[in-house]
Amino acid sequence: MRTLRETWHWLIDPVHWAGDDGIGHRLAQHVLLTLGCLIISCVIALPVALVLGHLGSGGALAVNLSNAGRAVPTFAVLVLLLLTPMGRWGQGPTVAALVLFAVPPLLTNAYVGMRQVDRSVVRAARGMGMTGRQTLLRVELPLSLPMMVNGVRIAAVQLVATATIAALAGGGGLGRIITAGFNLASTPQVVAGALLVAVLALIVEGVFESVERLVPLRAGGSR
Amino acid sequence: MPPDDCLARNEWICGAYLRTRRHILLDAVAQHLQLTAASVLIALVIAVPLALLARRWAGIAGPVLAVTTILYTVPSLAMFSLLLPLYGLSPTLVVAGLVLYSLTLLVRNILAGLRAVPEETRRAAHGMGYGPIRLLVTVELPLALPAAMAGLRIATVSAISLVTIGAIVGFGGLGNLIYAGMNTYFKAQVLTASVLCVLIAVAADLLLLGVQRLITPWARAARG
Repeated sequence: MRTLRETWHWLIDPVHWAGDDGIGHRLAQHVLLTLGCLIISCVIALPVALVLGHLGSGGALAVNLSNAGRAVPTFAVLVLLLLTPMGRWGQGPTVAALVLFAVPPLLTNAYVGMRQVDRSVVRAARGMGMTGRQTLLRVELPLSLPMMVNGVRIAAVQLVATATIAALAGGGGLGRIITAGFNLASTPQVVAGALLVAVLALIVEGVFESVERLVPLRAGGSR
Repeated sequence: MPPDDCLARNEWICGAYLRTRRHILLDAVAQHLQLTAASVLIALVIAVPLALLARRWAGIAGPVLAVTTILYTVPSLAMFSLLLPLYGLSPTLVVAGLVLYSLTLLVRNILAGLRAVPEETRRAAHGMGYGPIRLLVTVELPLALPAAMAGLRIATVSAISLVTIGAIVGFGGLGNLIYAGMNTYFKAQVLTASVLCVLIAVAADLLLLGVQRLITPWARAARG
């Protein structure tokens, strides 16, 4: 109970919101890092998944990549990248690690979504004289959209988590409030930082939950 | 004259490191395995009854799945930090955090496995005079095993990777070595500990796959 009260006091103290180490700046860093890496990962993963899914090849790669991603500790990759020459480029290692862990769920979900499109619909599109590109963009893409958005959601939640761990390896973001709290042996600060991170992750999950509800409407109301 | 070996040159791959720090590495691996095993086993003991309850009473299934999903969304570093006031800087904190993560994966998969048991199979067992408990133990649970084992494999592999975050409270198994290696810029230690982590995860996954083949011989017969 006392910790809760102290955490609350820590959170509402305006001193902790201002400045470079303040909650405001750290939150902005965290959101920017997550959003930027999400966009980079989507640009890398989605076209590859769409083309592979359209051609129907590389399925084993797309699925196994996701499993392999789970076995590799995020923290280890962050530290390994930090110790390479890349470590000198400021946020470089963090961005690289974040993208590395966001790509597998994006790739797997988009690929599976493409392959789950009813083959008879694809054949019908071909029968109507659609070219490969038209089939991909007008038939397969809209039908696989719900799965793809689900992949983006998993990646986004993963990115928020990985960006937090980045603080352990000297990166920015809300995780810094937690690690600084540990260094100061200040439990209220640790708990306050953790609460902020947890709430941010839940908000991201909630936003995508609503987006996922809207997507099927655009995709023709079928689900 | 200072020694000119791979340790002094701070190389990534270093045989001398393996030789001289064998005990440190073995201790870290042991801690890693203990933390993983404890959390996955505790999660399993909680998950099975939860899944059975959720299967029996549909009203419970929604809230159980919702709560476990929310727990899974909380990033690992935040999860460990939130548990700090409850457990302090202890291995229990790491185990408690990992239990909460494994719970989601296990409950989901066990429930999916139980729900996938065909209704005809259940009715056939009923017709043969099976009571509810015998039906559960000899028909439903064995048929749910492949899905449950898939969940157990994912939970175990994830736990092995997440133990490293326990380094923030000083109980991270190989994560401790990675954390220390980061602060001292010790390349060989970071790479060796990371590779060991992945090897443990792969070995555990293969081991559980073997167990799954052993306890579900019918699945193999049907495939072959």
